[in-house]
Amino acid sequence: MFSFIIRRLAVAVPTILALITVSFVLMHAAPGGPFTNERNVPEAVMENIEAKYNLDKPLWQQYFIYVGNVAQGDLGPSFRYKDFTVNELIESSFPRSAYIGAWSFLFVVVFGVGLGVLAALKQNRWPDYTVMTAAMTGVVFPNFVMAPLLVLLFAVTLRWLPAGGWEGGQVEYIVMPIIAMATSYIAQVARITRSSMIETLRSPYIRTARAKGIPRHKIVLRHALKPALIPVVSYLGPAFVGIITGSVIIDQVFSTGGIGQHFVNGAINRDYSLILGVTILVGMLTIVFNAVVDILYTWLDPRVRY
Amino acid sequence: MLFSDKHAGMGELADTLADEAFTEGRSLWRDARRRFMQHRAAVASLVVLALLLLFATFGQYLSPWDNESIDWASLPNLDEDGVPSLASQHYFGLDPIGRDLYQRTVQGSRISLMVGVLGALTAVIIGTLYGAISGYVGGRTDAIMMRTLEVLSAFPFMFLVIVLMAVFGRNVLLIFVAIGAVSWLNMARIVRGQTLSLKRKEYIEAAVAVGVHPFLIVIRHIVPNVLGVVIVYATLLVPEMILFESFISFLGLGVSEPYTSWGALISEGANAMWTAPWTLIFPMLMLVLTLFCFNFLGDGLRDALDPKDR
Repeated sequence: MFSFIIRRLAVAVPTILALITVSFVLMHAAPGGPFTNERNVPEAVMENIEAKYNLDKPLWQQYFIYVGNVAQGDLGPSFRYKDFTVNELIESSFPRSAYIGAWSFLFVVVFGVGLGVLAALKQNRWPDYTVMTAAMTGVVFPNFVMAPLLVLLFAVTLRWLPAGGWEGGQVEYIVMPIIAMATSYIAQVARITRSSMIETLRSPYIRTARAKGIPRHKIVLRHALKPALIPVVSYLGPAFVGIITGSVIIDQVFSTGGIGQHFVNGAINRDYSLILGVTILVGMLTIVFNAVVDILYTWLDPRVRY
Repeated sequence: MLFSDKHAGMGELADTLADEAFTEGRSLWRDARRRFMQHRAAVASLVVLALLLLFATFGQYLSPWDNESIDWASLPNLDEDGVPSLASQHYFGLDPIGRDLYQRTVQGSRISLMVGVLGALTAVIIGTLYGAISGYVGGRTDAIMMRTLEVLSAFPFMFLVIVLMAVFGRNVLLIFVAIGAVSWLNMARIVRGQTLSLKRKEYIEAAVAVGVHPFLIVIRHIVPNVLGVVIVYATLLVPEMILFESFISFLGLGVSEPYTSWGALISEGANAMWTAPWTLIFPMLMLVLTLFCFNFLGDGLRDALDPKDR
């Protein structure tokens, strides 16, 4: 296990480095820069601005300076939000995304797995059909459809909930973001859980357990659930990162001020350091949770060893 | 006498058997078609998708408006004159700046469906070849190709695509490439798994024995035999591609004016929904309907082509 983690870390470093390099080169290869929109700035001022952000240096020097700073945990100053460093921007916005994301994830696991297991146990009877129809409906309502639809329903028409804002994460402000975020994931997880559970329940060792007279709920909870969760976990690992950071849409529709807005705005404004900062964060999260998934496999399936 | 009689009977039997074998001969594909036709939701979805395709191709001729010009007469009072109505021939109403939403939706459908199908096709071609080669060649090549795949899947591509779109400007072709490049990874993994079990089969051994070039074996013998699984996943990839494109367009980074797509239309509708909810609802219905159909179609094809997975 220990050597496995070490090996994973060893792969993570070049992956992150490749990610930084690709994003860095792509961004600088594009026409236009972060300050091309400034109006009529005297040349001397422009030079000073560029010197401040090291933009006057050759690209390879900029690259090494940047990588050196990142290695020390400094993501640099934001090009667009002039008084903030990227670290500060991430610190202020990431907790919001993570908060909404954590709640959504909880609902995804509880309802997704719960409904999936229910459907599997009642296969081809009405609970199964109900859950699967609901799940199919959920799959076709992605968050960018769900979010405006919820606003149209609960804010515009019924006027029950505020259309957007954060306000310290009060319940009425985060209900819609959480629903919009969780729906399609719940549906996916329910579908995956159902089919994997059905397959597991057909395996010989379950028949043995049943033959020994173990009560049904114990068979499901003790013997079937763990192996049935393996494909669910493979799906949830990357999905977790998506839930926490994929709030681009949520931020846009509900103005929650999460980290997603920074990515899109950063990309549009050519805020090099901000995009790179968010990219690095997402990349690291992706790598970490892929590794977490692999570690979970060993617990779910004792045959898996590293 | 008895002998010849029996003989005649046998002959008849043989004839009928031969006939039956001829009429009843069921190939794998015919069998699959029969199973598919039994899946009512999937057949219905296929019909709806065909209608959608007709809508996207010929829908523009059903309305006197076009997707770019502005209805100046209705513009001053958009909240009332812009509502969907058959009388004004704005079947879906007007969009926030007074263009005919029906024509915009037709045009958007064309882009969304095209991106979906072409994106899935790119993913299928790259993924199938990569997976089949990796699985068939095996050994160190396989290990390297699979590790590469792992590194690639640790990449947050979604974000890279957003950067690309923001940096290089909006371009439909770029969306194809970006989406195709992101989505072949899973396909490659699935095909590799299938290939591993196929390559021990006798007919592959026979092909090797008569000296067929390895690449030809992959193309002629491996790929056709994984096609069933590939078709199923490709059908499920199409809605994913459509979603992906819509997501990017929703962020305002996808197709550019005067072209549009479902995602872009939904985004416009979301901004206008306080006064003109129909601008949100029509494109949303189109998107949801299409996603429904492709998912049902995928389920039906899975039952038909991959029966063990039911």
